[in-house]
Order: sequence, then structure tokens, then C-alpha cells
Amino acid sequence: MKPLTNRAKQVVNKEMTFSEKIYLPAVLGGLKTTMSHFFKKQATIRYPEEVRPFSDVFRGKHVLKRDENGAERCTACGLCAVACPAEAITMVAAEREKGEENLYREEKYAETYEINMLRCIFCGMCEEACPKEAIFLTTEITPANYDRSNFIYGKDKLVEDVNHRTDITTRQAHKNLAK
Amino acid sequence: MNVDTTYLIIKSLMVLTIFGITLLIATYLTYFERKVAAFLQDRLGPDRAGPFGILQPLADAGKMFFKEDFIPQNSAKSLFILGPGIAMFTALLTGSIIPWGPQITLFGETFDFQIADINVGILFIVGVVSIGVYGIMIGGWASNNKYSLFGAIRASSQMISYELAMGLSIIAIVMMTGSLSLKDIVAQQHGMNWNVFYQPLGFIIFLISALAECNRAPFDLAECESELIGGYHTEYSSMKLGFFLFAEYINMFISCALISSLYFGGYNYPFMDMVSDPTVQGLIGTAVLFGKIFFFIFLFMWIRWTLPRFRYDQLMHLGWKMLIPLALANMLATGAVILFNQ
Repeated sequence: MKPLTNRAKQVVNKEMTFSEKIYLPAVLGGLKTTMSHFFKKQATIRYPEEVRPFSDVFRGKHVLKRDENGAERCTACGLCAVACPAEAITMVAAEREKGEENLYREEKYAETYEINMLRCIFCGMCEEACPKEAIFLTTEITPANYDRSNFIYGKDKLVEDVNHRTDITTRQAHKNLAK
Repeated sequence: MNVDTTYLIIKSLMVLTIFGITLLIATYLTYFERKVAAFLQDRLGPDRAGPFGILQPLADAGKMFFKEDFIPQNSAKSLFILGPGIAMFTALLTGSIIPWGPQITLFGETFDFQIADINVGILFIVGVVSIGVYGIMIGGWASNNKYSLFGAIRASSQMISYELAMGLSIIAIVMMTGSLSLKDIVAQQHGMNWNVFYQPLGFIIFLISALAECNRAPFDLAECESELIGGYHTEYSSMKLGFFLFAEYINMFISCALISSLYFGGYNYPFMDMVSDPTVQGLIGTAVLFGKIFFFIFLFMWIRWTLPRFRYDQLMHLGWKMLIPLALANMLATGAVILFNQ
């Protein structure tokens, strides 16, 4: 049979030679090998300070986008919740009152919008389903927590800040390319 | 009377200093070990607690103190508590007769940088080290756990086997020096006249036996995480476990000090006569001794993170059938050479 790699060695049950019996040459060889690793570059990435580069299409924490005037794009149509294979998304819809035009883009909006980050599998189906370009997955990581209840992200954590917009241009380009 | 008081004060201070230094070094050896292990495996090791992680041992000690101190219900309670105590006590005791430096004259008073110059110093060390195994044996047996018992039995048989080879290799040194006092043995290796050049075989035997006596890889059969889930300290928790682990690191430090003293000249260094001031000469000597000790500690760690554990029959084979005959032959050869040179 042809071996898969050229590193295969035939095992022989032979008597050990004197130099093998006294172990010392093999021990010194081993010490040399480990010492050569002492000066090699470490493979460790010191995580919070140093971040491994992500792919542009990495799917991390969600963001609910606002439009150019700062109004929320989401109309609580529920398509993302339907599309979600993990059933992680829930929302309560509400009607826009007079004078809230600067807050919500259309007549209907999501009063609460919750994603259970423990259920979410970060597949991006919500992003695909959204007809209003309201929800996107970002390259941010969902941080660890001590309490399960803290993993249900509401609008406070999901909706982007008016003054500090989340850049999702690469994902939009990707989505447009797919069309 | 006045002289006696100064003598007592100096000796007490020295005891406290050596005690403190031993504990400090043992504490930082845990950090050093993790760093060496990490670097040999292309990792970084602990680096979160303080700059470069140097506060890690303190964090570990705090953790050890505040963990639940659990004593198994069916254990022999008093012996269970005694075990780590004996291990720690004997480990700390051996530091007392190591000559840490040559004679120094300070404030018109000459004193040795050594707590006790016993004229049978080497016998004392061998004796105390062999008591050290009682801590492991009693602790392992009192735990009422079969893994602990296995670990304890392995530890005791391993220690007995390797003590013989160790003792025989020391006898060759004693024959050359003509004294059992560590102070004389070190003083005779003045300058570059180190014993290792006359006893290379004895040195290798002693080094291997010291590794086995310290229960360190490749001879860590008493602990043996993968087979005996911790061996003799399986049932221990909190600071009792800490004592066992700590005693191991102290033993390693003392073993390295012994190797340096017996074979590598202790505080002696080449061209030491060129330093005219005896106090400066002594201080450099102490620094040199610690340099040697740290080199051997690094060697111990280096070996630990290189070699896999010996199988039990291989361990016994190496001890009884290789090291003891070799040590005997070494002793005979030394005796013959001494006789021939007379």
C-alpha cells in the first residue's frame, strides 16, 4: 500500500544499541530541539490588545442601522424573525406617533427588538431577509458575560449610535454583488 | 557573653534570611517554570498579572489560601494534616548547611555565610532528604484513595532506589575530599578546581538521581497526572496542596544548590584570587553560586519540558541495573586512583 505521507517509518523490534541504551545522546538531541523552540517567535496572540485580522465578510454582533437623517430603518416587519433558523429574534411593533418622524423612518417601528445571543448562530439570514437594509452583522465580537440574562441584547445594544455610525459598507457591497 | 549575643543575632538573622530567600525563590520558581514551559512550546506564558505577569505567584498563593480546605471523611485526619507539614519542614531544613558564601569579616566579626557547619553535613542532607519521602508516603496513605496510595508507594520505592545511587556518587566525592563537611568540600574546589572535572560520571549519576529525588519529569511517577490523576496529592486541596507543591520547588532549589556546591565549586569562580578585598570576593562568590543554582534550575525545567515520563519498569531498571553499578564502578575507580597517587 502506498503511504499517505513520506514520513512513515517501518517499525523494527531490534535490540537497542549501546548509545540508545544509555539514553544520553537521545536526551541531548531532545534538549537541542526544545532549545531551538525557545528562541522562535511565539504563536500567541494577546487577545484584548492584539486582534487577529478578520475577513471582510466575518459575521459578528448585529447592528440595527439608522438612515442618513438618523431615523431607525427597522419597520418591525418580522421577516428577520421568520428567517432566523435559531429563533433568536423577537420584536414588538408599535405605531409611530406625530412628531416622531425624526426617530423612525416609517409609520411602524420596533418598540422592542431583542436578539438572544446564546441562540444566535451568526448565519446572517436576518441580514439577507431584511427588505429595509436595517439589520447587518458587523465584525464586532459578542463579549463573554457571567450571566445568561445579559446575552439578550435589546435595542440599547443593537441600534447604532447617531454620532458614531457603524461602518457596514463592505457588507453592503457584498450583498449588492450577490444580487 | 557579648560575643555570644552577636553570634546568636547574626545566626538568627541568617536563618531568617535563608528562610525568606528560599521561600521567595520557591514562589518565583512556579512563575519561572510556567514561563520556561511556555517559551519551550512557542507560547508566552502568564503575562496578565502585573508587568510580564510577575505578580502571578502572588495571585496563585492568594487563590490557594482562599480555596476550600477539604479533608476526606474516611481519611486518617491527623496524618493527613501531618503529611504536607513533614514535606515542607524537611524541604526547608536542608538549606541550613549549604555554604552560601565564603567567610566574610563584617564589623570586626568573622562569620561563615552558612547557618550550621555540621562535620557530617552530607550525611545530614541524605538523612533529611530521605525523611522527606515520609511526608509524601504518609500524606498519600492517609488520603484513603487508591490513586494516592499508588503515588505514595511509587514515590517511596523510587526514592529508595535513587538514594542509593546518589549516596554512592557522593561517596566518591567524600573520598576525594576526605571530609563530610560541605564547607570543606566547597573550600577545596578553590578557583577552577571543580569536582566535576574529576567526577564527570559521578556528576551525571548525581544529576539523574537528583531529578528522581525531586519527583520531577521524566521521573514524576509519584504525581503522574495522566495515570494517577495527581498521585499522592489527589485528595489535597487549598494550602495543604500548596505545601506539597511548594516543598517540591524548595527541594529543586536545594538540589540545585547541592549540585553546584558538590560538583561546580559552590561560591568558587575562576580568577577569584585577583579580587583583593575578601568581602567583595565573598559577595561575588555568593552571586556566582546563585548564578550556578539558577542555571541548574533552568536545566531541570528544560529537561522536564523535553522528556516524556519513564515507564515504571524502565525507572527501576535505570536505577538498580544501570546507575548503581555505574556508581559502584565510579567509586572503585576513584579509590584506585587515590591509592595510586599516594
